[in-house]
Amino acid sequence: MARITASVYTSHVPAIGAALDLGKTHEPYWQPVFKGYEFSKQWMCDNTPDVIFLVFNDHATAFSLDMIPTFAIGTAAQYQPADEGWGPRPVPVVQGHPQLAAHIAQSVIQQDFDLTIVNKMDVDHGLTVPLSLMCGQVEKWPCPVIPFAVNVVQYPVPSGQRCLNLGRAIAKAINSYDEDLNVHIWGTGGMSHQLQGPRAGLINKAFDAAFMNRLIADPEGQARVPHIDYVREAGSEGIELVMWLIARGAMADLAGGSAPTECHRFYHVPASNTAVGHLILENQ
Amino acid sequence: MLKNEYADVPGTTIFDAEQSRKGYYLNQFCMSLMKAENRQRFLVNQQAYLAEWPMTDDQKQAVLDVDLNRAISLGGNIYFLAKLGATHGKSFQQMAGSMTGMSEDDYRSMMVAGGRSVNGNRSIREGN
Repeated sequence: MARITASVYTSHVPAIGAALDLGKTHEPYWQPVFKGYEFSKQWMCDNTPDVIFLVFNDHATAFSLDMIPTFAIGTAAQYQPADEGWGPRPVPVVQGHPQLAAHIAQSVIQQDFDLTIVNKMDVDHGLTVPLSLMCGQVEKWPCPVIPFAVNVVQYPVPSGQRCLNLGRAIAKAINSYDEDLNVHIWGTGGMSHQLQGPRAGLINKAFDAAFMNRLIADPEGQARVPHIDYVREAGSEGIELVMWLIARGAMADLAGGSAPTECHRFYHVPASNTAVGHLILENQ
Repeated sequence: MLKNEYADVPGTTIFDAEQSRKGYYLNQFCMSLMKAENRQRFLVNQQAYLAEWPMTDDQKQAVLDVDLNRAISLGGNIYFLAKLGATHGKSFQQMAGSMTGMSEDDYRSMMVAGGRSVNGNRSIREGN
C-alpha cells in the first residue's frame, strides 16, 4: 500500500527561483537562505519519495479571473513551468502521477471535498521554487509530482479547519492506494509577508515562530485561527500559511497515530518581501 | 461584520468577489502579458494595446502610470499586476516597495533589517 512518510513545509518566494536561475546563490544576501536548505537537499537524496503531493497556490497563472477553483488536483501526465511575465523558469518539466492523482480525486471527492480536476495546467513559482529549494538545480526532478492548487488569491479562501480536514482525507486516500509507494506531502507558501499597499513589507517573526510551534504541537488549535488573524498579524499574503495545514492534516497523528518527528527547522528574514520558513516532519 | 473587520486592517485591500468584478478586465489585461509577443506589443504602443481592453479610463491611466496602489483601488490584484511589473522589468520587491511611499533603497534596507513591524499596523480602530 502507499504511505505518507513525511511532510515538508516551505515558503515559495519567486525571487528565490530568480536567485537560483541567475546564479546568485553565493551572494551575501542569498547565502543564508540557501544554507538553510543544505540539510534538506541531503535529506531528499537520502529519503527520495516515489511521489510528491505538492500543495501550493496558483498566483494568477493557470487560473485567471474566469474561473477560480478553491481546491484543484492535477491529474495530467506533465506540467510545463509557466511564463509569469519574466519568461518561464529554466527548470525541468514536472512529471505527474495521473493514476495516483485520479485515485486521490475519487477518494477525496467521495469523502465530500469538492475538488476541481485539472488536466492541463502550467505551474508557477508556487510549485517550482519548493522543488528547486529541496532538490537543487537538476536535469530532472527526482520523482513525479501531483500538483494541488489552493485558492488563496481571491476571497473567500478556505478556512484553516477545512484545510486540516482536507489533509486528513488526502492521507486516507493515499493510504488506500494499492501500489507500494513512498509519498511526501508538501505544504508551501508564507510565512509572514504583504506584497500590496502602504503596509507592504510587513514581517512578524513572533507570529511565524508561534505558528510553526503550534502547527507541530497543536494543529487542531492552529486550524481554528480565523483568516483575519493571519491578515492582521502575518500580512495579507501570509494567508498562504493555511496551506501548511493541509500537509499537517495528512500526518499520522491526525488519524490516531504517533506524533511526527521534527527533523529540520529553518527561518530567515528576508527573501525579497518575505519571511522564509521551512520544516520537515517525519512520520514515525 | 466580516467586511468591516478586513477594512480595519491599515494599508490593505482584500481582493474579494466585489473587487474581482470591478477589476475583471484590468486583471485579465495583465494576464495577457504572460505571452512574450504581447509584452512586446504592449511596450511598443501601450495606449494602442490598452484600447483593445474594455477597461475604464482610470484603470488605463493607472496602468500607464504603473501606479499599483491606484490599480488596486480600481479592482487590481497584486498577482495579476505583477505581470505588468514584470513586463517593465521590475521585481516583486520593486513593485511592493513602490506602494509604500519609500525609495527603493529604503524599502530594501527595511526588509534586510527585518521588515515592517506589525506594531501599530494591526488595526485602524485599535491603533495598535
